[in-house]
Amino acid sequence: MDNFRYLPGVSTLEYEENLCVGCGSCEIVCPHGVFTMNAKKARLVDKDGCMECGACALNCPTAAIRVTPGVGCAAYIISGWIHGKENARRIWAARCRLWMDTGYTRPSCTSRAKCSKLRS
Amino acid sequence: MASSCPEEKDNQPSPACSCQEAPAAGLKPDFPVLSGDTAVCCGGQPAEPCSPYEKPGLRLWGFVEDFMDTPAGPVPRVRTHLIRADRLGTVFARVGIGRDSYRIAPGLHSVGAPDSESPVMVTANYKLSFDALRCSLSGISAWILVVDTHRRLILPQLSATGVVARQVKTMCGFEVVWGPVHARHLKAFLDGGMKATPAMRKVTFSFRERVELIPVELNHMGKPTLYLLPALFLLSGLGQGFFSVSAAVSRGVSALLAYLLAVATGAVIAPALLPWLPGRAFALKGAGLGAAAGALLSALFAGQLARSEMLALTLFIMAVSSYLAMNFTGSTPFTSPTGVEKEMRKAIPAQAAGALTAVILWVSTGFMGG
Repeated sequence: MDNFRYLPGVSTLEYEENLCVGCGSCEIVCPHGVFTMNAKKARLVDKDGCMECGACALNCPTAAIRVTPGVGCAAYIISGWIHGKENARRIWAARCRLWMDTGYTRPSCTSRAKCSKLRS
Repeated sequence: MASSCPEEKDNQPSPACSCQEAPAAGLKPDFPVLSGDTAVCCGGQPAEPCSPYEKPGLRLWGFVEDFMDTPAGPVPRVRTHLIRADRLGTVFARVGIGRDSYRIAPGLHSVGAPDSESPVMVTANYKLSFDALRCSLSGISAWILVVDTHRRLILPQLSATGVVARQVKTMCGFEVVWGPVHARHLKAFLDGGMKATPAMRKVTFSFRERVELIPVELNHMGKPTLYLLPALFLLSGLGQGFFSVSAAVSRGVSALLAYLLAVATGAVIAPALLPWLPGRAFALKGAGLGAAAGALLSALFAGQLARSEMLALTLFIMAVSSYLAMNFTGSTPFTSPTGVEKEMRKAIPAQAAGALTAVILWVSTGFMGG
């Protein structure tokens, strides 16, 4: 993925290293190697690689990581502008299911995971 | 946990009940009974008649009071206090003797007199956990479902956006192990002792993976195209005589060609060549490709199109291609929503301005040229 870089300096990812208990979950669940374990502490090594999927924050036992998770999809964001964020979620819940069936999000498994997250 | 339990009051001897290991049983009642001398039944009173629930080769745990018959077969009813054997086992576990195998058979147990409406408590098959639970259930009628927590759930790594591993552990006792991103790495993952290499933990977006997405991108174009085609011919036909069918056809064909080029660049070439196109913003990548396509079109129709028309079509291709490429953000595994929104706030006004300018140029040329 190193040849894919998106806009720098935008991610909402925040990390408080002093809260880290060194469990290593963030390093494991991140699909972009944003965190690396070093001396029993997670180090935020590539913030600009973050796609805001939210897996690390969700699985951090001490809430040392915070991020506003979402779907990096222009069509979905337009839908949010038009219908409001909550309604867009509802509309897309059905759509994502359909897309999953048709394999639309196949290679971008992460957005597929994000679609299933949308469903909840 | 053990200290909070009431002392064993009765003196029922149960020397045979400090069983070591429970059998890994199937669906059949997980009798909390274990191997031992079959001559002795539940203690030092060989004369006592054996219970009908006895099984050869198994010995009863001391915590089992009796069995209750249920439609699902006999279910052991367990004591809500500790007996000496339990305490001894706790001490051993605490000092580390046999700690890792201090477990009971998974399955359904009961306390009190539960029925079909009674709550089901779920606990681990580690005996200390089980003891802590049953000792807290004195006077309560409930089912206890003992779950084998040595079992692991291997989840796809990318499900971590919606699954909290530690919650799974606390709620059902199963340990979550994050598997690799791709199922094709599972074998290597298992062979490596459930360890994923850094490469297995990362998403990929290869040329092939990107190209596979193109058909759906094109599929999404159906409806907009249906609206756009009549508009293209309509705008192309507008002119001095208000509307000219011949102009609609001749100029409309070049507008249609421009549209096809825009779709080709924005929805086909941009995804395919994504990492090699200049710019981080997808809208920029699409616009750049569109400009190139516009130049190509202008060169091809050098004799037939006015300069204003070339400019109009180039702007049109750029706007459409940029928009389509921007929409590809949702199909990639690396674009952040914050980034996409930032890109869109700049790109959409530019795309709209480009398209509008294109229409004005195109129509005004129609009126001037005749």
